[in-house]
Amino acid sequence: MIAFQDVAHDYGGGPLFRDATITLEKGSFHFLTGPSGAGKSTFLKLCYGELRPTSGSVALLGQDMNTMSRDDLARTRQRIGIVHQDCQFLDHLTVEQNVALPLSATGRTVSQDNLADLLGWVGLAGQARALPPTLSGGERQRTALARAIIASPEVLLADEPTGNLDWDMSQRLVSLMVELNRMGTAVLIATHDMNLIRFVKTQVSARVLRIARGEVQTAGADL
Amino acid sequence: MNRYQISRLVVPRSGRGVWLVGLSAAAMAFLAVFALALSVSAARLAQNWQAALSQTATVRISAPPEEMVEQTAIVLEVLRTTPGIADAREMTDDEQAGLLEAWLGPDLPLDALPLPRLIDVTETPGGPDRQGLRLRLSAEAPGAVYDDHTRWRRPLAEGAARLRQLANLSLVLIGSVMAAIVMLASSASLASNAQVIRVLRLVGAQDRFIAQAFVRRMTLRATLGAAAGAALGAIAMLLLPDPATGSSVLSGLGFQGIGWLLPVSLPVVTAILAWASAKATAFGVLKGVT
Repeated sequence: MIAFQDVAHDYGGGPLFRDATITLEKGSFHFLTGPSGAGKSTFLKLCYGELRPTSGSVALLGQDMNTMSRDDLARTRQRIGIVHQDCQFLDHLTVEQNVALPLSATGRTVSQDNLADLLGWVGLAGQARALPPTLSGGERQRTALARAIIASPEVLLADEPTGNLDWDMSQRLVSLMVELNRMGTAVLIATHDMNLIRFVKTQVSARVLRIARGEVQTAGADL
Repeated sequence: MNRYQISRLVVPRSGRGVWLVGLSAAAMAFLAVFALALSVSAARLAQNWQAALSQTATVRISAPPEEMVEQTAIVLEVLRTTPGIADAREMTDDEQAGLLEAWLGPDLPLDALPLPRLIDVTETPGGPDRQGLRLRLSAEAPGAVYDDHTRWRRPLAEGAARLRQLANLSLVLIGSVMAAIVMLASSASLASNAQVIRVLRLVGAQDRFIAQAFVRRMTLRATLGAAAGAALGAIAMLLLPDPATGSSVLSGLGFQGIGWLLPVSLPVVTAILAWASAKATAFGVLKGVT
């Protein structure tokens, strides 16, 4: 799905990490941990092409990012679901319009039945016509998750998706991701919440990647 | 919701830049109507002057009063026998008084003035050998001067051509200003909607779709503004004095017949200009967004 080969990234003040060689397989579940500022968000941005590696190569869904055109990148992102900590909605559109955006903005058909089912699955049936600024933190994260998965992505990337949520809501949200993973979607969640990782590992086989001292290490299943 | 509907919705409706485009387009179209009218009228004027004066000439006879009748008869005979002259007619005293009335006022005592005698000449399309005719006239009637209006016609035609060039230059400037305003407004709109663009790129929207959302809005506003401005300009043209009354120096300014299609075409031209400007700007800005 996503393969890093000797990847390094540098914003100009020295590499955040280097020589990262990682592969996210189809249907896998990964966590990405590390202290604040270690490069978790940068790693994720490399996974969906918002950043290009300073050196090395990143293959997204079989395509080398370094040779991708802008349209190729857009088409690749249509197969990747992304959940940001700050959600990033179009605040003037309703919840259902935001959720449907990955389909409607890429010329694909939006089935109203599927949309309603999805909103029901994430527990937002009653907020379909609400505007994002009126939602609670948990509702916003679930809206972001619904938007990320409406196009049945092959990979789901989430950057601190439970950062602003209480434990119950965090469990609820991550359980939806586990359910999605069981349906075949590869999942990568960047988080520093060890309890969340332990909670997920009781339900699914998950691997943990740790960024520390400029290296991306595989912590394995023995966390 | 289909793709067309979503592209209309994704960009928030607020934004002063968008109204700036509409307002500017209206003002520019209003001015363009006058520039067009000036251009068309100058061309028409040049053509009219050219046509009115091209096959006419005047022979002016300045001679002592006792020789005037004789020289006039000689000149008329010379003209009658010259190839290329279709008609030659001595102007009456009333006609000469009419010509001078505009300069010297009515009730002119023509008898008291030593006025030259004028002969109105109509040339054939090929015209006479003017040099030869002048030599013959000077030999047979020394006080006769053949004036084929060239010295009047040339500066008038040049003036009209210059006026038309100025009008066309104004149109180019108006178009350039319009394009610049659309580009600035598009840039401002794209900059103020950075979050919208980021989200759209994030969900996999291609540049074409994102640009379309902005370009469509800019084009629509510019076109509506231009339509309003062109309509107001056309109304203003209609309110100018009727050429038939000849009551004003502006009476020749305006459109005639099929010429009225020109102001009608302004919104279409503006739409094309706005579309191209906004599209170029949008794609330029989007290149900087991953």
